[in-house]
Amino acid sequence: MSEIAFAMTGGRVTLDGRPVLAGVDLTVREGEVVAVMGTNGSGKSTLVRALLGLRPLSGGSTLLYGVPPARFRHWWRIGYVPQRLAIGGGVPATVREVVASGRVARRRRLSRFRPEDREAVTRALAAVGLSDRAGDSAQALSGGQQQRVLIARALAGEPDTYVMDEPTAGVDAETQRLLADTLAGLVAAGKTIVLVAHELGPLEPLITRGVVVREGRIVHDGPPPQPEGECARPGHEHVHPHAEATAGPLLGWQGER
Amino acid sequence: MIDLSLLDKQFFQLALVAALLVGLCAPAVGTFIVQRKLALLGDGIGHVALTGVALGFLTGTAPVLTAVAVAVAGAVAIEVVRARGRTSGDVALALLFYGGIAGGVMLMGIAPGGSNAKLNSYLFGAIASVTTEDIWVIGGLAVLVLGVVAVFGRELFVLCQDEEIAKASGLPVRFLSMLIAVTAALTVVIAMRVVGLLLVSALMVIPVATSQQLTRGFRTTMLLAMLFGTVAAVGGLLASTASTRVPPGAAIVLLALAGFVLSLGVGRFIRRGRYQESNVSEAGKMRVEEVT
Repeated sequence: MSEIAFAMTGGRVTLDGRPVLAGVDLTVREGEVVAVMGTNGSGKSTLVRALLGLRPLSGGSTLLYGVPPARFRHWWRIGYVPQRLAIGGGVPATVREVVASGRVARRRRLSRFRPEDREAVTRALAAVGLSDRAGDSAQALSGGQQQRVLIARALAGEPDTYVMDEPTAGVDAETQRLLADTLAGLVAAGKTIVLVAHELGPLEPLITRGVVVREGRIVHDGPPPQPEGECARPGHEHVHPHAEATAGPLLGWQGER
Repeated sequence: MIDLSLLDKQFFQLALVAALLVGLCAPAVGTFIVQRKLALLGDGIGHVALTGVALGFLTGTAPVLTAVAVAVAGAVAIEVVRARGRTSGDVALALLFYGGIAGGVMLMGIAPGGSNAKLNSYLFGAIASVTTEDIWVIGGLAVLVLGVVAVFGRELFVLCQDEEIAKASGLPVRFLSMLIAVTAALTVVIAMRVVGLLLVSALMVIPVATSQQLTRGFRTTMLLAMLFGTVAAVGGLLASTASTRVPPGAAIVLLALAGFVLSLGVGRFIRRGRYQESNVSEAGKMRVEEVT
């Protein structure tokens, strides 16, 4: 019996009087790799935020591992990668500092940084290929590299479930491939992944389930849909994964512990 | 010339302790506030704290204590408005600031024994008039402020970087936001006697801005900012001994600003060095790749 990571029933979200989610039912079981797709403004980003309790529901309910988000305590099980290229804040922070902050849900308030924390951070940095930039200011990196920092931040927490909001948006082809490799490792380790994507690109072979959102409702839930519209047009450039993507160097990442 | 014979005088020793505490605390809290892009929060709380000072004169209680109470209440109000996150928040904050200044001037006017001179000493600082009682309050607040930074620093770092990540990491976001606002309020009161309410935020922001010209990490930025803050506070106080016409508060802030200008040049120099260094290592890596 696999555990249920997310369970939303009749989820509604209203922003400024405008319904953004209009009654969504979505259950995600452990080990699923779900792509939430839709056009801009369809509500896909709001949906994953609502799943985490970051957007309050105006109707319906949602459960995180069987518990409402407000009463959920095991946040270390969740790794959230926000849709944001710029790493916030007016003060510089090194790549390692940002990635190490991914351990925050696993540590007690006054505890020291333990060797296992340090190892997890080092592994996460290696997984996204930023080991040699660990001491650099995260703000000084390119957009794609900053996205990798945010992904490494989630990896460092060693969660069971990853929620990624447009991890492939606006990043270069190399980062997309690297992300596909990283995700392949996570999938092989049996992690649950829910990601928002405008187009799947090199992630396509990893996705087990596609959820298409349109005007705040789920209009497709099943096998990942084939590219259509803009993406199916001739000349639209798709970046395809390397042949070794699923057997990449990250296979087994976090698998052994 | 700097008059070191003052070091024997008790009023000057008290002033030195106050400067030292402010120099340490203000940049420590300031680092989080600047990271959160709330650099003007200290100014806002400072305005509101003026009403607290005047309330002290009006009721005959120690102005430092009433300033703490009103500054904390103001900080909580500002945080509540900020958390609502609506466009009107900007205007609401402005209204709060004007109310703080006007309320302070009004209460001071009707307080028995209230005078413009007293008002000025809080607006622009009067470090030489710091009493032993003030030092106990300032010292207690400083311990509280540095304690908060030490205990909650890790969580505050996540919060100030990205509130959504903080929430999705299970951190008590509302409590931490309140904590940082209240800590800022306490810092404002500590700094009030030294640089004055109108310049309070200078010591929270300038050392951090100076430090980040030179650093790459958060922790180093904070520690260096605390060093700069202490040097500016103590240095400005010493400079003010040269003549009675040099106001210490202004001397401290101007010294901090001079340090900032200097760091702009040094920072550019450092970054150029790093750029070359990283280019060299990139080239080296490519050569290794060619060989293998």
